Parts: sequence; C-alpha cells; structure tokens
Amino acid sequence: MSDLILTPNFDTADDFYADLLETHEGLDKPASDALNARLVLVLANHIGDQQVLQQALQAAALKSA
Amino acid sequence: MNKIFEKPLYAYEHSPDQGTPAPVRHQVVVIGAGPVGLAAAIDLAQQGVEVVVLDDNDKVSFGSRAICFSKRTLEIADRLGCGRPMVDKGVLWNRGKVFFDDRKVYEFNLQPEEGHEYPAFINLQQYYVEEYLVERIRALQGEGAKIEIRGRNKVSAIGTHPEHVTLEVDTPEGSYNIEADWLIACDGAASSTRAMLGIDFVGRVFEDNFLIADVVMDADFPTERWFWFDPPFNKGQSALLHQQPDNVWRIDLQLGWDIDKEREKRPENVIPRLKAMLGEDVKFELEWVSIYTFQCRRMEQFRHGRVIFAGDSAHQVSPFGARGANSGIQDTDNLGWKLKLVIEGTAPESLLNSYDSERMQGADENIVNSTRSTDFITPKSETSRLFRDAVLDLSEHYDFARPLVNSGRLSTPTVYEGSPLNSADALDGPARSRPGAPCPDAPLGDAFLLSKLGDGFTLLTIDADAPDVIEEDGITVNRLALSFKDDPSMQLKARYLGSNDSAVYLIRPDQYVAARRPSYDDSLIRSAIRRAAGKE
Repeated sequence: MSDLILTPNFDTADDFYADLLETHEGLDKPASDALNARLVLVLANHIGDQQVLQQALQAAALKSA
Repeated sequence: MNKIFEKPLYAYEHSPDQGTPAPVRHQVVVIGAGPVGLAAAIDLAQQGVEVVVLDDNDKVSFGSRAICFSKRTLEIADRLGCGRPMVDKGVLWNRGKVFFDDRKVYEFNLQPEEGHEYPAFINLQQYYVEEYLVERIRALQGEGAKIEIRGRNKVSAIGTHPEHVTLEVDTPEGSYNIEADWLIACDGAASSTRAMLGIDFVGRVFEDNFLIADVVMDADFPTERWFWFDPPFNKGQSALLHQQPDNVWRIDLQLGWDIDKEREKRPENVIPRLKAMLGEDVKFELEWVSIYTFQCRRMEQFRHGRVIFAGDSAHQVSPFGARGANSGIQDTDNLGWKLKLVIEGTAPESLLNSYDSERMQGADENIVNSTRSTDFITPKSETSRLFRDAVLDLSEHYDFARPLVNSGRLSTPTVYEGSPLNSADALDGPARSRPGAPCPDAPLGDAFLLSKLGDGFTLLTIDADAPDVIEEDGITVNRLALSFKDDPSMQLKARYLGSNDSAVYLIRPDQYVAARRPSYDDSLIRSAIRRAAGKE
C-alpha cells in the first residue's frame, strides 16, 4: 500500500510554482477555473491509486489525519 | 397508425371467480402485466405454481418506454422461453459517439466478450417484450399450466392477513373478491398496492424534466448510440439518439426544471426541437412523446408479510443505464424459485428474507450507478459542471479521461456478496464465478452452458466425480457433468476452473453460484444445498 507524499517532493519547487502561474497568465476567471479542473484530473489519473487519491482529497480539504 | 400498443392483448373476459358465494383462493396473484409482472408469473407457472395476473389495462405498454435489455435479462428471458424472439427482433449495437458542444469528442466500440449465447444488450421496445411474454403465457396455457391474465381487472382494496391476502377487484362488470396465498406487486413506480398498504417510498428527487420522443424515420444514421452534452440545439442540456427496431428512433432531450410540461409536449413545440437536432430536411413521424421526471428511491423492505414488491414498485432509478426493467426482471428471477420452494413447503418462509437482502443490494447498486450518471449528465452545481466539462474537454484529447465520461453505465447483474445463501468459497478459482456471482455463460460446442442449467438446482462438475442426482431434505439437485475439453475455446476453463484441474459448483435455480469446491464432498455439498435453500 502506498501513501500520499506530504513531505517536500518537488525537483524544483519554485520552478513548478512559476510554471503554474505562467500557465494561468492572461486567462479570465472561468478559463482559469477550467484549467485548474483539468489539471486536477490529469494529476489524479497519473496517481491512479484510489487510496492515495482519497488521502489527497482529505489533505486538500485540510482534514489532517 | 395501427400500432401493437393500440390493440387489446388480453381483453377483458368474465371470470368464474366473479359471483362465487365465497372468494376463490389462488396460490399467487400478480398485480401488473408489465415486463416484471409477466416474467414473475411465467417463472412461477413454469414451476407448477398456480398464478393469476391482474392488470387495470388490457394492452401492452403505451410507447416504447424501456428500450435497452441487458444480457442477464436476455438469459433470464431464455429460461422463460422468450430470449430468442427478443434477440431476433432487437437491434444490436456496439458503437457509440460522445458529443460536447458542437463537436464529437470521441467514439467507442464496446467489443462484446466472446463465448456468450446472448449479446451484452439489445435495443427493443418494451411493448415487444410484453407481447412475447404474453405469447409465452398463451403457450403455457396451451400446455395446461395454471396461469391466467385478466385485463381490465383493477385492484381497489387489499386486506393483509398472516396467511393470505384478500383483494377487491373492479371490472367493467362490477367488482368481485378473491384471495391469494401470496401477492406480488409489480404495479410500477406509482404502485397503488404500495399506496393502499400505506408504505413509504422515499428517496432523492432530481429536479429535471426530460422529453422522450420516439420518431419513425428512414434516416441514414448508423446503428450507434449518440450522446450530446451541451449541444447547440439544446444549450446547457443533454440529448440522446438511439435506434430501436422498425426504424423507430429514441430521442431524449433534457429540458431543465422550470418548464410548462403540457406546452412542451405539444407537437408544435416538439417538432422544431427535433428538427434542430436531426436537421431541417430529415423526414420523420412522431410515434410517442412523453415528459418524465425521476427519483432514485427504494422501499425499506420489499416483502411485507404475504405481499412482495418487485420492479419499479419496490425501487426506482433514473433511466440512465437501463436499470429499471432489467433490475425488475432480475427481481423476479431471484424470487420465483424461492417462492416456489416456500409454497410447496420444501423451504422455510424465512428463505424469502434473502429476496429482500439480495435484491436490496441490487437496488442500492443500481441507485448508486444511476445517481452518478445523473450527476454527470445534469450537474447540479457550478463546481460539478466545471469538472464535468473538464472531463469532456480532456476526453477529446486524451484516452485517460474517457472512463470518467458517464452517460449511463449499462446494467450488469449484482454479485450477492455476503448473502446468507452462499457457502464459503472453497476453490481458488476465477473471481467472476465465486459464490454469490451469476454464472458466466460459456460455449459448449453447438450449445451454451446457461441453457443447460434449467429451472432447478444444478451440480456442475468439471472433470470431477459426483452422484447424478442428490436429494437433500426435499430439494433435488441434478448433475451437469462436463469436461474442460467440452469447450475447445477454453472459455469454460477460464471462467470456472482457472488453474484447477477440476471443480464442483452448486448452482441455484436463478443461475447464481451458491458454493464451489475442487471436488465433490457429500456432507459439505449437502450442507451447501441446505444453506442455499435457507435451511441453515
């Protein structure tokens, strides 16, 4: 059984954050919201493991274990 | 138009029960001659139980209504003598297309698994199914079976007693009374039986209206299921196009909640909607138009003493996924053999409790699935719509998102996990044929496995020794002796043996696995038979 990683795991955290903002650059709110929704789905599929996904949902809801 | 649903199929006839000094007692009375009531009656009559079907109408259902019948339903219909005519008349389809806004986002091909007698599903108007079932009843009557169908017999009062039920029945010639040892209520989502007994039916209401139109057209649309999310011709809503036999096409258009139903149903309002969808130059004729809303709900229990509910009277789902008629027919498949054993005194009345637990499990599964489909098709919040649209946008570009697209998950039979009738799994075999699962079909040369199982208990042995007949406390179990070599395509082996050299399966009359072992063990199999009949 794998666990959700909640310790730092980015190769380069600042680069990811900058890329995230840049991807949203110039988008209005609805387009930005849609992009975020697509991003969640793309990442969720990459993870795949339902147990890890459930932990991620809990973590994002700030319901710490 | 001279449509099958316009002519009386079981016209009113005077019954000798009318005007007798004392009410005549029947073994089983079924209320409702829809697909569920007719299937229940045929199942019982085939097993020698005396049954009377009462219906307040005298015709098959008006309009196509249920149009998609699943493999499990066809397998049950095969046992009831109607499987072949359904498949011969029905439309087979495998391909589907999904549209979003003004573009096709993807198409799919549901390749059926090899080695089954019946296809995964067919499209067929409910009125044909009812017609074949009524024909089967006529054939059974010709063979002397004690089965009757009484048109324009409307039950107006029901009295419940510990050992029987009393019924007051209204007819064109006035009312009369009968009694029944058992009453099966198959009178649909608006069940008047349920209302007369004052039983609750609570659940979730979906605030949406759907226009269903059946149109007759000679169109060159392919035999595919087309589903639109948010199409230009029905902005913000959904639409479905699906083919039925006789060039009849089913069209579903979501209309939203705040509409004037009577107004929307008028041809002058329906026809422009359909033209916008099909194209201005497509010629069609409206066969049937209806507007429906739906709920997802079920009764707290399906059996109330001597009254047993089956089909939509017991549970109601959204139409997405074809789970209404299909699950109702599976109810009767589960109930028929149990009621027969109880009526003949072979099994205790408590066996019927397993009808409740097993079919409530089925109903809950259907409600979960159809609720999820409904939430995807008709998102009820801004966030829900955001994710729905994100899935559809992604599905145009990436395969991974396609399993998330939910325009209805087609009905598959429920596995009765944890049922008290199951014996512990003693075979390290394929999961799909574990105790509680419906037997998967398999080819046997020119025939198929399921057609050899019959109406009773079966001991299926594959390369294993066992007695040809087992009698256990009134229950007869007949052996079906096979070898893995009987199926050169090796599907029998894949579905029943796995890595084992031999296997013994105890199969219930409804073709569900009750127990399985690598080899025959007299005392363990006898114990499994008792358990499957509710005696342990």
